[in-house]
Amino acid sequence: MKYLDEFREKGLAMPLVAELKRSVTRPLRVMEICGSHTMAIFRNGLRSILPEGFTLISGPGCPVCVTSASHMDAFISMAERPKVRVAIFGDLFRVPGSNGSLANASSRGAKVDIVYSPMDALELAVRNPEDLVVFLGVGFETTTPGIAATILAAKNRNIKNFTVFSTQKVMPPPLIALLGDPELKIDGLLCPGHVSSIIGAGAYQPLADTYHLACVVAGFETTDLLNGLILLARQVGQGVAKVENTYQRVVNWEGNLRAARMVDEIFEPTDMEWRGLGTIPGSGLAIRQKYADFDAQARLDIVLPHTTEAKGCRCGEILKGKSIPTQCPLFNTRCTPQNPIGPCMVSSEGTCAAYYKYGID
Amino acid sequence: MSEKTILLDHGSGGLASQELISNLILKHLDSPILHNLEDSAIIDNQPGRLAFTTDSYVVDPIFFPGGDIGKLAVHGTINDLAMRGARPLCLSLGLILEEGFGLDDLERIIISIAEACSASGVPVVAGDTKVVPRGKGDKVFINTSGIGIVPDGIDISSKNAREGDVIILSGTMGDHGITIMTRRAGISMQGKLESDTMPLHGLVRQLLDGLPGAIHTLRDPTRGGVATSLNEIAANSGLAICMEEESLPVRPEVRAACEILGLEPLYLANEGKCLAVVSPDMAQQALAIMRSCPEGREAAIIGRMTAGKPGRVVINTPVGGSRVVTPLHGEPLPRIC
Repeated sequence: MKYLDEFREKGLAMPLVAELKRSVTRPLRVMEICGSHTMAIFRNGLRSILPEGFTLISGPGCPVCVTSASHMDAFISMAERPKVRVAIFGDLFRVPGSNGSLANASSRGAKVDIVYSPMDALELAVRNPEDLVVFLGVGFETTTPGIAATILAAKNRNIKNFTVFSTQKVMPPPLIALLGDPELKIDGLLCPGHVSSIIGAGAYQPLADTYHLACVVAGFETTDLLNGLILLARQVGQGVAKVENTYQRVVNWEGNLRAARMVDEIFEPTDMEWRGLGTIPGSGLAIRQKYADFDAQARLDIVLPHTTEAKGCRCGEILKGKSIPTQCPLFNTRCTPQNPIGPCMVSSEGTCAAYYKYGID
Repeated sequence: MSEKTILLDHGSGGLASQELISNLILKHLDSPILHNLEDSAIIDNQPGRLAFTTDSYVVDPIFFPGGDIGKLAVHGTINDLAMRGARPLCLSLGLILEEGFGLDDLERIIISIAEACSASGVPVVAGDTKVVPRGKGDKVFINTSGIGIVPDGIDISSKNAREGDVIILSGTMGDHGITIMTRRAGISMQGKLESDTMPLHGLVRQLLDGLPGAIHTLRDPTRGGVATSLNEIAANSGLAICMEEESLPVRPEVRAACEILGLEPLYLANEGKCLAVVSPDMAQQALAIMRSCPEGREAAIIGRMTAGKPGRVVINTPVGGSRVVTPLHGEPLPRIC
């Protein structure tokens, strides 16, 4: 199949596995930022064949996982209001707040619809004129342009019962927050594929320069991942810190300028609370005043509750790459995919879910 | 019939019920046993042990490419019987209809049930119809129970899998699950996505007759998919399973849809596939028999039973790595990005 088989072909991948072994000339620690990378690495069994000295640390790039408990609680209590219908991407359904999840709220009668695109949520609004439909914007740059386009479509079509609760986040600021932590010793970043298609590979240049980090943008298929890891090992071995892009079929240097303009029309930077990382200045996107009619927080007067994280849960440490899931006392004891306590277990892209699904012994 | 939709009266047990049964259901499903509408069906004594199973069908949408809820209800129960080595004898059919459900849709489903029964040679011999008020059901729910006969000497169970046994999958994975999911989501894909719903008792009979004693376990990987069924086989047999990712048969269009939705074919439902755990010395013959049947044309050897941590299922990836395959937890949900 085009764009799948070519990049998974064994005949191409096996020489890359051998090359990866040769490329590691000194120990290195690399953070894979993106949750889809975490999953793809596990799915390909790459962790089991990483050369000695190559350590992969999972970063904060699973949008569901970094959604704060306060936001989850706000989502859930909003869903339980009369005449509110919440539209979500599937991952969010089972994420626990401090008292149950949207799945629990749904079982109590809250209107929660799983959609595949924000445009589906707009159609939901058309079909349910008596409800205020709130699309829960939980995601990074990959999903923001679609949400911006949907708000523009709602405006053009004069649909008045469609809103967005934005917890949209942007990628470089949390990385800068993490890299300021002296405990986090990393040599390089495996940079996200799809986020980079919007923000461009050039977005990592300041990180390479300031923190002397090897930065490689990679795709999600077997050969993409292997290529990315090889380039990282080579840079670190040679003491180089630059931005390389192995995902050129999707990502360019500048990013998608048209998408960026659309996002800028609707959203403005705001401080955002991240699970495990706290509030990071300028790391989120709020809907501009001009589009306040589409802003659920404004329309419904939502005040974020102050919620503390579940006791004993180390998602915060795991999101920072400081702990691995098996070091958490709750992992595979009280916290499992059937009964997740932390968000890293519930999202299919979460580090704990990945360890549980593909790795535990 | 003058009314176009199901009314509460149709479930009253009175005249309207009788009319519905005679004019719509028996019209298509008549059989000598069903015809007299007695309170229970009498089935002649059969040599062998009885297998008995039941399953309920609530699929939404009720019509989908490759089938409908009626076909599914016939095939699903036939397959559950076949997976224990039983020869399906007859079915019961329980219908729960929502007030307002279209009679034309009901008739379409009954015709489909009749076709499935006649094609598989397994009649409906008992039935029941109930109507619930609008909003208390979702169009139509179906329950079928089935009785089958297990011939002497046949002992098929997930406990019987032995170390070294070869695991064969009778065809491609995920066709039914992805068809339903994409329909529900209103996603249209290039290429043809179609449910694989079909009865497997013919294929099973060929296997059991052709290779006596060689087939140890049969499982139809419905909800939870191949991954979950293999985990059950591993747990029940106290063995581990080792699979090769490259050998797993998946249609390209199913794989493409899975990539878009962030799903794994290993966890998607199948309604016309079986896993067979076979003596290693008979594996090639079993594969040949499966491939000679229309139901098993794309059968493939996907792994084997191994010593190792009991209950553990491991898959070897094409690049020489490996990963654990856990059972499904909860509904498969599409991901954000």
